[in-house]
Amino acid sequence: MKELTLFGMLKLVVQRDMTLAMRRRADVLTTLIFFVMVVSLFPLGVGPEMEMLRKIAPGVLWVAALLASMLSLGRLFSADHQDGTLEQLMLTPQPLAVVVLGKIIAHWMVSGLPLVLIAPVLGIQFDMRMETLGILILGLLLGTPVLSMIGGIGAALTLGLRGGGVLLSLLVLPLCIPILIFGTAAVDAVASGLSPVSHLSLLGALLVLALTFAPWVAAQALRISME
Amino acid sequence: MLEVSNLACSRGDQRLFSGLSFVLHPGQIMQVQGENGSGKTTLLRTLCGFVSADEGYVAWNGAQVASLGDAFHAQILYLGHLNAIKDDLSALENLKISAAFSGITLQDATVKSALRRLGLKGRELLPCKVLSQGQRRRVALARLLVSDARLWILDEPLAALDVRAVALIQELIAEHLSSGGMAIFTTHQPLQIDSMTVRTLALS
Amino acid sequence: MAINWFKYSAPSTFYALAGKLIPWFAISAAMMFAVGLYIGFFVAPVDYQQGEFYRIIFIHVPASILSMFLYLVMAGYAALGLIFNTRLSAMMATAIAPTGALFAFISLWTGALWGKPMWGAWWVWDARLTSELILLFLYLGYMALHSSIDDPRRADRASALLAIVGSVNVPIIYFSVKWWNTLHQGSTIKFSGTTMHVAMQQAMFIMLAACWLYAIAVVLARVRSVILERERQTKWVAELPEVRG
Repeated sequence: MKELTLFGMLKLVVQRDMTLAMRRRADVLTTLIFFVMVVSLFPLGVGPEMEMLRKIAPGVLWVAALLASMLSLGRLFSADHQDGTLEQLMLTPQPLAVVVLGKIIAHWMVSGLPLVLIAPVLGIQFDMRMETLGILILGLLLGTPVLSMIGGIGAALTLGLRGGGVLLSLLVLPLCIPILIFGTAAVDAVASGLSPVSHLSLLGALLVLALTFAPWVAAQALRISME
Repeated sequence: MLEVSNLACSRGDQRLFSGLSFVLHPGQIMQVQGENGSGKTTLLRTLCGFVSADEGYVAWNGAQVASLGDAFHAQILYLGHLNAIKDDLSALENLKISAAFSGITLQDATVKSALRRLGLKGRELLPCKVLSQGQRRRVALARLLVSDARLWILDEPLAALDVRAVALIQELIAEHLSSGGMAIFTTHQPLQIDSMTVRTLALS
Repeated sequence: MAINWFKYSAPSTFYALAGKLIPWFAISAAMMFAVGLYIGFFVAPVDYQQGEFYRIIFIHVPASILSMFLYLVMAGYAALGLIFNTRLSAMMATAIAPTGALFAFISLWTGALWGKPMWGAWWVWDARLTSELILLFLYLGYMALHSSIDDPRRADRASALLAIVGSVNVPIIYFSVKWWNTLHQGSTIKFSGTTMHVAMQQAMFIMLAACWLYAIAVVLARVRSVILERERQTKWVAELPEVRG
């Protein structure tokens, strides 16, 4: 029996989840459509005045990204849990944290990355300037993986529970507030001519912190939920 | 060699069993008997490491399973009530991935002949969601043919199988035992392995 | 004094101990409340800038401090329960949560009551008040998760993990909210002058002690009912006078 390296296992899990996601493309698209819809609701709610929309744009886009991520995270483990493959994933000779990280990476690539890619289009709807758009994208690129990772912990804790997605959001949203604050602050900094570097580096620090601890914590949460 | 010593487990606040001890050597097979709800599935899941026991321990080749961690997982194959196959993937893909997780790279030909032996000829490439329940169960059971795990932990492996499939599974288990493997299982049907005595463990 | 901690880690012995301790804590809490409120509301002088309204801080500040302190204690018990697998630690954590949430809620309300005469608005996005709101969300999330899970062991362990993750996040959240607040130049609830009158300090300290004693009394009472519910199948519970009679 060949030994599988950690990276090999990671690649395997990511490939598997991506293949599965590609065969259920509708799920991927619904998250994206939800994001676009939520963002579009704001001008309808607050009025189309461009000056104000430009001001609220970073906040609106970030909050919508948060909500869209929360919605899709419920699916991170539930499908595998229902058909029994999650148990098998917990019985691999590799650490569960690696499997969890692989699933989160795959999840981010199909649910988080599309949001980042479509955000510029929505930002233009809000008349955001080019340099602010760039910082927004960069912030989302750093922040959405952290959302996926913290959300992964929440998804593991709420596995199979009746409250489901709403409970997950309740648990995870407070923990995501720092990401929201730094992400929007970076855009505001650029808008006022200041440097966004400190905010973005804080986001980067949170990303590193999450990468180090979140998969392991989520693995423990999975074990607790699967007992 | 699997050793269970003074094992006690509960579900919720209810103690299911306690003081359970036995040793399983290579080539041996043990059937866990008991009424519904007596803790058979919980025992099997404790052996896998999903559930932590209240008291006692499980040991593999002398080392406690708790300290072996992931290395122990490489030695076992667990088949529970659920099939553990993805409906969106084909039978071929399911088996290849399942083996890959244990570090085994399977050739397509090997997988196809395994599926053929389980009566799934011509259905290897279809997405599993178009297969019947019985066929899906057989895809799950095909893992027995392509795994090199020493210990098989099977929770009601014969459920929903026809007579021919039951005979085939018994044959597979016999092959596994004669090559030095071990098996522990639960079933509501009697299992007959040729020339092998099935030990029993009764949970009251 | 070497206390045999492990003796009291069994629910049955702790139940009896807690029962004996509650009256002491309850009575001393009541006395402290009486003294503290008297000093705070009648003895301490009127504040230079804020008039009589400031007196609400004698409730607001102890409530805030205790809500944060209780969260840490709850996370501590949660960690103990996860590491040592002791049921009682988990029961203590679940018993603390509602009281902590209550203090957070009181802190928010008293903060609002203070804000209205001061700023003319029922709510100000002050860094501390906002952090307090997030802390309340963390408490509510903990209680929601615990009550959503039927299996008591899974409920204890899952909410314990959540409490620990939350407690690690609390400094990050507080820091980010403070950052956010300075960025947006929000209002800060400040006190006039750099030193407080000695009577104010006394009142503050006494109220803090009163809240702490109250919290201990209430948590002990709550954990007793949690113990009764969890251990209802055991013999020692069946033989208790309050259960039998």
